[in-house]
Amino acid sequence: MGEGARKMTAVEDKKYAYFLGCLTPNRYPGIEHATIEAFKILGVELVELKGASCCPAPGVFGSFDLFTWATVAARNLLIAEQQGNNISMTCNGCYGSLQETNHLLHENPDLKERVNKILKEATGHEYQGTVKVKHTIEVLRDEIGFDTVRDAVVKPLTGLRVGIHYGCHFLKPSKVRGQGSSERPRVLDDFINILGAESVMYKDRNMCCGAGGGVRAYIKDVALDFTSEKVQNMQEAGVDIITTPCAFCHFQFDVGQQELNKAHGTNFNIPVVFYTQLLAIALGISPLEMGLETQSTSVQPFLDKL
Amino acid sequence: MALDKTKVVRVRDTEFQDEIVEIGEKTLPDIDKIRTCIQCGTCVGGCPSGRRTAWRIKTLFQKALLGLKEEVLDSDDLWCCTTCYTCQERCPRAISTTDVLRVIRNLAFKEGYAKKNHLFVCSLLFKFGHAVPVNDPTKELRKKLGLGELPPTVHSYPEGLKEVNIICEKTGFKDVWKKQWEKAQEK
Repeated sequence: MGEGARKMTAVEDKKYAYFLGCLTPNRYPGIEHATIEAFKILGVELVELKGASCCPAPGVFGSFDLFTWATVAARNLLIAEQQGNNISMTCNGCYGSLQETNHLLHENPDLKERVNKILKEATGHEYQGTVKVKHTIEVLRDEIGFDTVRDAVVKPLTGLRVGIHYGCHFLKPSKVRGQGSSERPRVLDDFINILGAESVMYKDRNMCCGAGGGVRAYIKDVALDFTSEKVQNMQEAGVDIITTPCAFCHFQFDVGQQELNKAHGTNFNIPVVFYTQLLAIALGISPLEMGLETQSTSVQPFLDKL
Repeated sequence: MALDKTKVVRVRDTEFQDEIVEIGEKTLPDIDKIRTCIQCGTCVGGCPSGRRTAWRIKTLFQKALLGLKEEVLDSDDLWCCTTCYTCQERCPRAISTTDVLRVIRNLAFKEGYAKKNHLFVCSLLFKFGHAVPVNDPTKELRKKLGLGELPPTVHSYPEGLKEVNIICEKTGFKDVWKKQWEKAQEK
């Protein structure tokens, strides 16, 4: 405990504005709860980002009107700037919108001026560009440190075989995200190992879940066909659970498996547990306090394994 | 304006690629690289959507460069890309393929080719500030978990929702949407 406690003191004053987005607070509040509680244990306070909206979804609203997309995203950044906090989140879509908009505004002064003109009319304020946008996995890796996480684990997830789905917008476009190789990502594998569980490789692991870009909204069967291929590949590799760092992918796997079963008579029933929920459980928080029992695909096989 | 598929001689708009570049680069960098596409097919080779749909991003680029504007914009396939960026990562010409796709979709949206469900998602953003608004079971679960019944987002701050709507009005997005939404309701 001594070593862990010392390291934890080092990040004691860390504070991030938790950008909730849509899927996390409005469908999976258990993710919100588990993330806040786990980060608290690790010495990082996630504070409310009052009045934030949809990010708005990068492949959806970005496909409709890029300027509106960037301006609504900039409003969310502005709220954090006025609060004096950096932003973190539990959804790759939110990360994609806010991280990319922040990057674009920094790189393109003309765009920043046009966005700020609208922001000023709508909110009375302009975004200066001082906010840093970090996915929660980045906060865990870069601010808290995986060593600190390892020291804080009280309930290692030994024997749990995890199928990791990184999700597209956490890694790509790699030139903008700066997360290293999008073809051979490591960060979540390292993280899962630290929790005591085993990351299981499966065929075509980096493939998309199918939900993004407005495809789920437009033509759900196509989105589900992606999901079916992924889940089948994970099933063949013998995973116990699916885990992702994206609330939208989480939704697609959780709800999608049951939609597939209903439509095609398949038998997909792999529990979907968010990566910060795994963290919270490993840190000693009860798995019964994170809404897992209300998910579409039963998590009972996972609970039985704990 | 539906495409006349019986036409043998296609209508070419030689300025279409300039339009894509000009409009695209207002927000995203390097859109002009689309002009350097060599039709190698690396993009299609890695495309998870192309494995199960007729969506071929290299065909989109070829048609765009040829100036087949109407064919490009009036296409169901255009909406089958999940924006996974696999092609963008792998393009040997370093074309921002997914970014170009988003720009072309922007043009399609403006010209009225978006799908009804896409317009519906927009209506959710205007009405709630969320593309996925909260529902009753989630409110219950939030209470059970000790969270507020409504999250501290625009759901709890109506003045924030107003700001989102002002933005969408000032950019002209809401007007473009409204015309199409009304048309879609009539159908």
